[in-house]
Amino acid sequence: MSKKAGVPFKGTKEQEKQLLEVIAELRDTPGCLMPIMQRAQDIYGYLPYEVQKIISDELRIPAEKVYGVATFYAQFNLYPKGTYKVSVCLGTACYVKGSGPVFDEIQKILGIGDGECTPDGKFSLDTCRCVGACGLAPVMLVNDDVYGRITVDQVKGILEKYN
Amino acid sequence: MANVTLKINNVEVSAPEGSTILEAARLAHIEIPTLCFLKDINEIGACRMCVVEVKGARTLVTACVYPVNEGMEVFTNTPKVVESRKKTLQLLLSIHRQDCLACVRSENCELQKLCKDYGVDNSARYTGAMPESEIDESAAHMVRDNSKCILCRRCVAACEKTQGIGVIGANERGFNTYIGQIFDMELGETSCVSCGQCIAACPTGAIYEKDFTKEALDAIADPDKFVVVQTAPAVRAAIAEEFGNPIGTNGEGKMCAALRRLGFDKVFDTNFAADLTILEEGTELIERIKNGGKLPLITSCSPGWVKYCEHYYPDMTENLSTCKSPQQMFGAIAKSYLAEKLNIPKEKIVVVSVMPCTAKKFEINRDDQAANGVPDVDIALTTRELARMIRRAGLKFNELPEEGFDDPMGEYTGAGVIFGATGGVMEAALRYAVEVITGKELGAIDFQDVRGTAGIKEAAYQVGDLNVKVAVASGLANARELLDKVQSGEADYQFIEIMGCPGGCVNGGGQPQVPGYIRNTVDIRAKRAAVLYNIDKDAKLRKSQDNPSIKKLYDEYLGKPGGEKAHHLLHTKYVKRQVNKDHQ
Amino acid sequence: MKTLEELKTVRESMLDRIETRTKFAEHKGGDGKYRYHVLVCAGTGCTSSDSGKIIANLEEELKKNGLDNEIAVVKTGCHGLCAMGPIMVVYPDAVFYAQVKPEDVHEVVEEHLKGGKPVDRLIYRETDNGVTKTYRESDFYTKQHRIALRNCGVINPEDINEYIGTGGYQALGKVLTEMTPDEVIQLMIDSGLRGRGGAGFPTGLKWKFASGNRGNVQKYVCCNADEGDPGAFMDRSVLEGDPHVVLEAMSIAGYAIGATQGYIYVRAEYPIAVERLKIAIAQAREAGMLGKNVFGTDFSFDIDLRLGAGAFVCGEETALMTSIEGNRGEPRPRPPFPAVKGLFGKPTILNNVETWANIPQIILNGPQWFADMGTEKSKGTKVFALGGKINNTGLVEIPMGTTLRTVVEDIGGGVPNGKKFKAAQTGGPSGGCIPAEHFDVPIDYDNLIAIGSMMGSGGLIVMDEDNCMVDIAKFFLQFTVDESCGKCTPCRVGTKRMLEILNKITDGKGEMKDLDELESLAYYIKENALCGLGQTAPNPVLSTLRYFRNEYEAHIKEKRCPAGVCKALLNFSIDPAKCKGCTLCARNCPVNAITGTVKEPHVIDTDKCIKCGTCMDNCKFGAISKK
Repeated sequence: MSKKAGVPFKGTKEQEKQLLEVIAELRDTPGCLMPIMQRAQDIYGYLPYEVQKIISDELRIPAEKVYGVATFYAQFNLYPKGTYKVSVCLGTACYVKGSGPVFDEIQKILGIGDGECTPDGKFSLDTCRCVGACGLAPVMLVNDDVYGRITVDQVKGILEKYN
Repeated sequence: MANVTLKINNVEVSAPEGSTILEAARLAHIEIPTLCFLKDINEIGACRMCVVEVKGARTLVTACVYPVNEGMEVFTNTPKVVESRKKTLQLLLSIHRQDCLACVRSENCELQKLCKDYGVDNSARYTGAMPESEIDESAAHMVRDNSKCILCRRCVAACEKTQGIGVIGANERGFNTYIGQIFDMELGETSCVSCGQCIAACPTGAIYEKDFTKEALDAIADPDKFVVVQTAPAVRAAIAEEFGNPIGTNGEGKMCAALRRLGFDKVFDTNFAADLTILEEGTELIERIKNGGKLPLITSCSPGWVKYCEHYYPDMTENLSTCKSPQQMFGAIAKSYLAEKLNIPKEKIVVVSVMPCTAKKFEINRDDQAANGVPDVDIALTTRELARMIRRAGLKFNELPEEGFDDPMGEYTGAGVIFGATGGVMEAALRYAVEVITGKELGAIDFQDVRGTAGIKEAAYQVGDLNVKVAVASGLANARELLDKVQSGEADYQFIEIMGCPGGCVNGGGQPQVPGYIRNTVDIRAKRAAVLYNIDKDAKLRKSQDNPSIKKLYDEYLGKPGGEKAHHLLHTKYVKRQVNKDHQ
Repeated sequence: MKTLEELKTVRESMLDRIETRTKFAEHKGGDGKYRYHVLVCAGTGCTSSDSGKIIANLEEELKKNGLDNEIAVVKTGCHGLCAMGPIMVVYPDAVFYAQVKPEDVHEVVEEHLKGGKPVDRLIYRETDNGVTKTYRESDFYTKQHRIALRNCGVINPEDINEYIGTGGYQALGKVLTEMTPDEVIQLMIDSGLRGRGGAGFPTGLKWKFASGNRGNVQKYVCCNADEGDPGAFMDRSVLEGDPHVVLEAMSIAGYAIGATQGYIYVRAEYPIAVERLKIAIAQAREAGMLGKNVFGTDFSFDIDLRLGAGAFVCGEETALMTSIEGNRGEPRPRPPFPAVKGLFGKPTILNNVETWANIPQIILNGPQWFADMGTEKSKGTKVFALGGKINNTGLVEIPMGTTLRTVVEDIGGGVPNGKKFKAAQTGGPSGGCIPAEHFDVPIDYDNLIAIGSMMGSGGLIVMDEDNCMVDIAKFFLQFTVDESCGKCTPCRVGTKRMLEILNKITDGKGEMKDLDELESLAYYIKENALCGLGQTAPNPVLSTLRYFRNEYEAHIKEKRCPAGVCKALLNFSIDPAKCKGCTLCARNCPVNAITGTVKEPHVIDTDKCIKCGTCMDNCKFGAISKK
């Protein structure tokens, strides 16, 4: 199975019903796979195995094909985002000012890697391109809160604020 | 179709309209190198090996897909073309783990051949990052090693288009693109049916069968073991290719000689079990027709097909014949009847099978395939593995004498040997069933309608009072098309033969690999099938029910076809499987 | 609307309203209903600097004052001068306010809308050689010629009637009632319009190739709105500011080639454009401009939206089609060309947004009108998105043949901070850098290719002396590597290997033979890659090698980055004469590379230094330098 850590699938019957309705609505439209995947992501927030399998079973297309499409396009998320989306700018400015070690520290504290979510669904971690706050480098974001000029030592304290 | 005239390397060529440059060049006796191209299923122009110059074109063009037109001027061998191809090879080498000395594909690797042809001697021209990869050994039958994958996608085309399965595909993009399964699930966890068509399609050593030659040799070397070998019908139609003989060479006699010299205690033939299968399956068909059983009856010889049915048509598993495959019937008989006859404990008997098939490696470990409390078959080898053993043993295959199989499980009829080609089981079954139903000896023994390499064949026969409608499909995409018709009620057949691989076992996933440039021009399925039909044509006995050893087996041991003992030993059950699995 | 008569009626009813903005001098008292039209930009740029709040404040303020029946608030698309956003324009006074803040609204209402006295401090002015000019006097305005952008910033894109008021859907009416499909195609050929998406293929010819067998086969018309070049936003602005023009033009093409279905493939990252397109399609269907029997003729045509999902390569035409078909957006080999076998295997034409935006005007004004603009082989105008080291970042539309100098110095207002212009990059990751020596080359398709760049979709990034050209080449190549689809060998592996060589050079480990290898790989990829993305990927490297080889050589031979950008080649040092020993640098160094005692000069350990520049930023005495 995938090497990435994820949270257990918590899809509801209601969500599944919505998805099946979307599929029923679009299944006869030529080239419906991507619109269905986009709507599915709107419903679930991401496209876990279970959702991709429903799409594949309903459309009678290989599940791997759904996955191939999901991993081709940057828009599709395979893993859920946490309540707190932590992202670290690895843009040039931040990188040279030490956002790499900051990123490593966050991975260590949260026990997850790039693009992953903690099993309790609380934190997800991403790297991002320049957020336009190069003057504050290195920068990390927790949802919309911007933390600038952070050091490795500060990471723990910042994350604890959200616990 | 009209012809167009063009010039290739300044020589005028006339080629049918709609031909590609690649095809037109062949008419001019030029083979343009290809790597990703497989006719009809992988015409994607991705590898760029086949680039040529076309006068007036902005860039080089790919000969594999570029159509010819009137007055076109093509140059296939200019310095620019040659340099481009070299660079493509150098770049491919930079992502290819070069483990060429002992690689399973060494000497028949298409990448290696091209490097040699183009003098790409500086294989480390481009160093740099390699895409990350892991070796996947989870499946029963094969190994996938992406570090040797050059992303030609031939395996993907074979899986998705030929077989209609698509458990592997391209994931991610750019330099990180790799061939893999959904959510990087291991292959063994997916609904891969083990057909091995991806192995047959792979130009390098990125996909290969799991090798059990060591286990076979160890068993032979073990003085406590009595090792019997059986060879499937299609193996004799292809094994000689491994030793430089043309496609379509019958290697039966030399194969028997080689097996004996490898040290097998008995050299038997799966054809014998094929004849046995016909009696059991034919009887089952007649029973089902007479007693209102589940129809259509669908053959169950092909383990790739059986697994496919279980995953993708679980509602139709009751249509499958309960007969074990010939391989398994052979094992069950060897460890009971033969054991008794030779007075050897069944535990000491090791049954090795040589198969054109990789799914047989999966089949031997299925549930309910151990009729005597021990596995029916212990080791399943492919044609390629047998060739490997012969080479390692230093046997000069082409110089070996023509020998025959041992008794009693080496005797076979023409009906048994045609099992290896699509339509063969159907024809063999008809030769039996028609006689049983009508009670009269069969006049015309050849059922031409079900022969040939077409993906789906249909026929109807008046048998006594019965109008028997039959269909034959090979290749699982074709099977799917046929089954959808059956499920929708569009077609009603009494009997269907399905083989997992296109063309049947002769083109199985365990057969000698044939490079793309030959596969694209030669119908290997037809050539190998012809070997089997020729054996059948020349056979003294051509109906399974006439096989004296089979008659004796029933008389001495099994009783009657479909009888209780036969049922215990020779029949099995199926399971309903999912497409991939449900939860992580 | 079933007839052209009805369209005319709607147009006439809207005429005063539109002309209050376009012929404001003749509408001093407003449009008869509204005294003032207050246009506020609701494009992406201004929206992100809070124009939504401005609009809300304005509406509230007007209501409070009981003016909402006298003064119209109009949400428009982009005016072009994004650097000065949020933009607000008041008609019929034609007063152009820039950098308006939500809290300025009250003053505008009180002083201007109630008092009749424009708020002077908010009025945009540019100073040119000491002469102060208003927006309409400025070079930025007067040197542009707006065809594709004619309605952007003028009409409310969410109101089909405003579009009709500008003459919208008249061209469609004209072709359906007065022209045969072949005449439409001939007109397009005569106009000389070439595709604005990059390669510049003649639009009329493209249509002609797809025109055979009308009525007997399913065909498709597609709009490429998957604008992905970093720094380009022309298409987004048209879709946000004038979505109906695209719908009208696609319908015209549908009639010309005999297609009944259109698709607009638009980036999901453009939510405002997507929303406006949805509204426009719904309104056009409602008005009978899309659907069955348009204007009571036999012609039926409908359009669906498809959202891209974040893959640059889908801007390539065959990849776009594979993506609409529901697959990984991997390009297909051509031939077969889309005109023969395109979307779902059917004849298809694909044009980009800006191309479409020209077409109704060409139909209405005739091919000669269009062909009279521009250069011999490049007719009409071109929209550019100006960015980088330039004062007036934003969107401009200029006649083909305008020189780069005019664009950068006059329209763009030159390079900021008195820095020296070094190069302009056009064509995004597929284009190249044009150095100062070609400043006076008239911009058109063929000239740009001749000097090693390309028109591309219209991004124009200006670079000054502080930009390292090796670094710029690396930036674009990194982009291509990230966005390569991974199908063909040259692009998948070749561009990665080129990038590795560039990294080696900027890390100070380059050798002169690397340049030969770079060039050899670059030419190989151009010749061998499957699609346009791959074939043009080496251009940024080749053009910088052509014009700025000395910079590459400095990196390799002298291990020096002349622009002071490539970190690995920089060395920070402390001038002991200037250092006061305040310890600020040492305390801020993230890797503790600076040592020294209080009030004594400090020293940087260059082995430890990661060249982040924090010390330099913190030093109050200018004692730290990099070189």
